[in-house]
Amino acid sequence: MSEPTPLFKVTIDNITVEVPAGTTILNAARQIGGEVAPPAMCYYSKLQGSGGKCRTCLVEVSKGSEKDPRPMPKLVASCRTTVMDGMEVKNITSPKVLDARASVVEFLLINHPLDCPICDQAGECHLQDLSYEHGKEGTRYEFQRRTFHKVDLGDKIQLHMTRCIMCFRCVFTADQLTDKREHGILDRGDHAQIATFIQKNLQNEFIGNVIDVCPVGALTDKTFRFKNRVWFTKPVDAHRNCDNPKCCGEVQLWMRGDEVFRVTARKDEWGEVKEASNGKTGWICNVCRFDKKDAKDWVIEGPSKINRHSVIAQGHYEGVVKPQETLPEVLDGRQPKLLMDIHSVSQVNKPTVELSLLERPAHSTDFK
Amino acid sequence: MQALTNRAKAVERRKMTFLERIYLWNIIKGMWITFKHMFTKNPTIQYPEKKREFSPVFRGLHVLNRDEEGRERCTACGLCAVACPAEAITMEAAERLPGEENLYREEKYAAKYEINMLRCIFCGLCEEACPKDAIYLSETFAPSNFNRKGFIYGKDNLLIPNPVTAAGDLAKAKGLN
Repeated sequence: MSEPTPLFKVTIDNITVEVPAGTTILNAARQIGGEVAPPAMCYYSKLQGSGGKCRTCLVEVSKGSEKDPRPMPKLVASCRTTVMDGMEVKNITSPKVLDARASVVEFLLINHPLDCPICDQAGECHLQDLSYEHGKEGTRYEFQRRTFHKVDLGDKIQLHMTRCIMCFRCVFTADQLTDKREHGILDRGDHAQIATFIQKNLQNEFIGNVIDVCPVGALTDKTFRFKNRVWFTKPVDAHRNCDNPKCCGEVQLWMRGDEVFRVTARKDEWGEVKEASNGKTGWICNVCRFDKKDAKDWVIEGPSKINRHSVIAQGHYEGVVKPQETLPEVLDGRQPKLLMDIHSVSQVNKPTVELSLLERPAHSTDFK
Repeated sequence: MQALTNRAKAVERRKMTFLERIYLWNIIKGMWITFKHMFTKNPTIQYPEKKREFSPVFRGLHVLNRDEEGRERCTACGLCAVACPAEAITMEAAERLPGEENLYREEKYAAKYEINMLRCIFCGLCEEACPKDAIYLSETFAPSNFNRKGFIYGKDNLLIPNPVTAAGDLAKAKGLN
């Protein structure tokens, strides 16, 4: 038997926490939580080997350890640096870190297109949050942005390479979750891109999870493409008995009325896929994600908890108490007469057009 | 009962004098006020013939804008709908098909766009929220209607005339000729 791992005392932004040896600074900060935790675009705790790419989690180590109290000469990536006993870390208390992070955000945005009004990820995009919280207002970049053509990775996943920030999360997901990875990074430097060889389809029953791990809108669900904005759909926790033994069947449905517009895995406060009730990471299979777009397929548990600061919370879905209908009581049980059925006038949300059941984005032909 | 303030006035119930009783003096006083007003400036205008000018910040009926090539600017991003405090705006988005590039500016567009003028409070927040310069509040107001149905404004009511194919209509709508 090996000895139990010793606990290291580490102080992050003047808050001391004890973590087992081998923990990264990022994970130690996440134990404290709140603003102390550095943002991370590429690190994903559920994917081995992720991290170290995006540099948004840079922190200053002002005291190396109890034995060697010298500060580290440069800012370090907290997702890749393990804690030492007595280490002192500065994150939001260090102006150097805040300045460096603003620069990193600027670099990430250099080639990122300003197409948030079109992008389906808007509203739950980590890059949007990052640039709001840590970025600067303007851009100093004057040159043409790098562009790629949009690519269909199979019939359910859309790749917008222009939006990609090269976090490699989707590559790790495909490596660790599926039997055979079919996509990866081609080319180097500015030309680097996520691609499949000769436009091969991504066909694997867990490949849909790359949509969930993508921090930006580079990989999006084609069955949800342009159907609705994220903040107009109601997130609901639901589950079903999935035949696939690797799939937990515990998902989040994004509904509007009775229509299921999108199915995703459940996310935790760091935007990562949550642990399912069986203790494993709650990855979901493609059948659950793409094919079960009927509310009857699911057992609905109730509205999901959404951070109050998220735009998705604008619908105030949680804890809604419907006012008691007094009219039928007063009218001896009769329902009040409807003066105008909105569907008789409105062209939007017609009962005859079920956009959620389309497997592709809606076209002008669907509204004829 | 003791008065709470000293502003209360006791009602005077004295007998009216003869001059007060015949009301003649009061009638003459009232007539004089009426006569005086015949020479003052009239605060009202004769509406259908004369129209009052709107203030430069007037917020009236919405229009959906097109760009200089006549393509619709709206991409159905939903920011106007989320900014709308009255929840008057609804929309449905669609993807542009090949061959529709002359109709829509970006790959996504609003296939349906509706403003419920019964709900709208003309606050102008939609105009402020729009990242694409697509919605503007013009300097007219919504015409009256006998039915509720007439107040659901769709894209056919809101879009400005195409500056390429219907330049004359656009100039007329702007009041240029």
